[in-house]
Amino acid sequence: MAVNLVTEYKEHAQSSTWCPGCGDFAVVAAMQKALAALELPPHQVVAVTGIGCSGKFNYYLGANGFNSLHGRSLPVAQAIKIANRDLTVIAAGGDGDGYGIGIGHFLHAVRRNVDITYVVMDNHIYGLTTGQTSPTSKKGFVTKTTPYGAAEYPIRPLELALAGGAGFVAQGFSGDPKQLAEIMKQAVQHKGFSLINVYSPCVTFNHEETYEWWRQNLVNLDQEQGYDATDRTAAFRYVYEHNGLLRGVIFREERRDYQSELPGYAAEALVRQDLSQPVKDRAELLAAFM
Amino acid sequence: MTNADFNWKVGGAQGEGIDSTGEIFALTLHRMGYYVYTYRHFMSLIKGGHTNYKVRISPVQRRHRGDGLDLLVAFDQGSIDFSLPEMSPGSAIIYDSTSFEGRIPEGRNITLIPIPLTQMARDLGMVIMKNMVAIGASAALVGLPQDAFEGYLEERFGKKGDAVVETNRKVLAAGYNYALEHTDWRKPLPGLPEASKGKKRLFMHGNDAVALGAVVAGCRVVAAYPITPATEILYSVLKLLPKYGGVVLQAEDEIAACQMAIGANYAGVRAMTSTSGPGLSLMSESLGLSGASETPLVIVDVMRAGPSTGMPTKTEQADAFHAIYSAHGEIQRIVLAPSTVEDAFYDMQRAFNLADKYQVPVIVLVDLVLGLSKQTVDLEDIDFERIAIDRGKLLTTKDEVDAVVARLGHYKRYELTEDGISARALPGLEDAVHMVLSYEHDEEGNEMEERGMRVKQTRKRFNKMRSLNMDEWALRRTGPQNPDLLLVGWGSTEGQLEEAREQLTAGGLKVAHLQVGALYPLPAAAIRKEIEAAGKVLVFENNYEGQLLELIKQKVGHYDKVQASLKFDGDPFYVSEVVAMVKEVA
Repeated sequence: MAVNLVTEYKEHAQSSTWCPGCGDFAVVAAMQKALAALELPPHQVVAVTGIGCSGKFNYYLGANGFNSLHGRSLPVAQAIKIANRDLTVIAAGGDGDGYGIGIGHFLHAVRRNVDITYVVMDNHIYGLTTGQTSPTSKKGFVTKTTPYGAAEYPIRPLELALAGGAGFVAQGFSGDPKQLAEIMKQAVQHKGFSLINVYSPCVTFNHEETYEWWRQNLVNLDQEQGYDATDRTAAFRYVYEHNGLLRGVIFREERRDYQSELPGYAAEALVRQDLSQPVKDRAELLAAFM
Repeated sequence: MTNADFNWKVGGAQGEGIDSTGEIFALTLHRMGYYVYTYRHFMSLIKGGHTNYKVRISPVQRRHRGDGLDLLVAFDQGSIDFSLPEMSPGSAIIYDSTSFEGRIPEGRNITLIPIPLTQMARDLGMVIMKNMVAIGASAALVGLPQDAFEGYLEERFGKKGDAVVETNRKVLAAGYNYALEHTDWRKPLPGLPEASKGKKRLFMHGNDAVALGAVVAGCRVVAAYPITPATEILYSVLKLLPKYGGVVLQAEDEIAACQMAIGANYAGVRAMTSTSGPGLSLMSESLGLSGASETPLVIVDVMRAGPSTGMPTKTEQADAFHAIYSAHGEIQRIVLAPSTVEDAFYDMQRAFNLADKYQVPVIVLVDLVLGLSKQTVDLEDIDFERIAIDRGKLLTTKDEVDAVVARLGHYKRYELTEDGISARALPGLEDAVHMVLSYEHDEEGNEMEERGMRVKQTRKRFNKMRSLNMDEWALRRTGPQNPDLLLVGWGSTEGQLEEAREQLTAGGLKVAHLQVGALYPLPAAAIRKEIEAAGKVLVFENNYEGQLLELIKQKVGHYDKVQASLKFDGDPFYVSEVVAMVKEVA
């Protein structure tokens, strides 16, 4: 079943325009595998993206896709889930899309806690616009727009998510698609907003943070004895102490999602509600205005 | 007819309960069977600054605040000074003699009635009840029985216990009796036809009508960011939507709000966002997304005075160009402009149906006066029988998808069709997996830049609205054919223009009145016919540029006989201003 489903995703996928060796290939493949493992066929999934190399994620995933504007994947994704709770909704983007222009939506999506999964392909560089500094570029990073080195400190997405109260925070690495797929499975199953920041190397414009560099510098939480992913304070300290160079599930906690907090929100998807009822309730509706 | 109306107003500093005082007075008279029309003057402040609430009381339906003022309740001298220009000959001012000595310029035929409103309230209850003393005094002088407000007191204060109701009743009675004993000034309210007495009618403003119209039209998601003067739409949908499983979502900003409305519409749920000019500015990119991706979208813009932050609490009709032209590149869209509360209700249904049918953004422009002026509306004029939900080419079942697949081999979201409209499949249906995108695309939703397909998709997006004809419904006309003068307006000016037409007609002019209900597409053919048949045409607008006039020039043609009459000081037209503007040219 699962194998066939991966094929089904691939059949719907459009052909890729990413550079050979791009880390994002592994992200798409891992997501296909994770969704297939969860027995979710492409038509029950919607992937929402913004703009950037990462914005092609849904074209290549092979599920339903909505390609919105730069930085705007999250508002669209949240509304889709609210409108049809039966859909599995994935938002995907890059570090520019999500932590630059879209960071306001990111923090609010974290605290709103709608049941969606957010995958950020973080390569510390702008790829589609051919090599400018990104919000996650390290201080001093030399790019076309920072010829003397980036003057700003990088955004720290994991700490932001933890501080914002996220119920599921994880980090993956394109160089370990197996672990990434497992993280994605858990994230999709998590009820509420989940963040997966993926270190996904840009082989064309970032020649410092390469696959090899990540491999040598990332600490794999799956192999850390005694790491407790349910302790938010410990997670915070761990991320801070490792300068974010971790992979695995960093924090998880069961919390009531946004929809569970809504008065009157039905078990049946909103999209299938009977629209004619208010007309029948005329007297009652008008009574509110007398 | 105007003489028969009674105009009452209460004014004071913001934070003194002026609004609720006005509303108590208005609602009570509304429930007695009068048609009331209210107008709030306020500022974007919580405390301090002048505010007032005017109530026009009439035996017939009115669409504006009225020119004169018969009785003013003033809690400070500023309120007197502000409203003096409106005061009618023979009118009166009740002022709070506890806190100041009321003054008016010499020679004005106005009676000053000092009443120690604050002192009486303090002696009998609490200072805050000075408003009740004023209502009691007003009631006495306009010939209302002392128990006229009884029902309201029960409703408003009943929950707080009998003692609170009783104190309010006592305070009101004190005001009532004090006024009767200390002044001879009286001016009775207009007579009420027997059939109107106690008749059940609606008391609502345009923002309420937008909310009600949306819910009845099937809207189930409202995402918005609070902004004056549109926030009341959120309050109203919050009262109505949860019952139907609907969601009212306060977004982090207007960008998110609009994107959410697009997301929910894509998923198949009718969704809208409500905002004002500054919010619409932030939604420009989303207009483009809706247009390019052919995803339905409904935006309500309750227009306030711009530019930029402008005057948030003052009215203007200056967002027409913004609504019609904003967003880069070229997209199709529809812009509606309701003139009345009833229009606002029906236009929401129209907006959702048009958005679904043509898969375009629809913007509903409501001016602040229409949005915020609560008024009496006849029950039968909010007719749910006229509501028909039309989702357009929307595939909602597997069978419908199968039919498409049988015809095309596979589902194509952006199929090139005869009418330019491609069927929208709900995400979640088998065999209809598809991409929706902001990029230029082919029929399947592949991003592409091939010249031939680019041209075809652009034509398709524009062609799909060819079948839309606004001429048939978007104009309301009164007066004789072939008039010497045609008054043209849009939005809330309808009431003033209509009363001006009646006055001018009584004065011997052959005048007609045309109210335009859609700005894009403009009902150009119908407007051309009207202009050509008229001697002279005056377009009344609350803006500087004469935006409707410019649209007429662009879409209907240039006519020397068509001129603009403009007011852009944040205040709605008075009938007298309309008449004076007419007399300048006629």
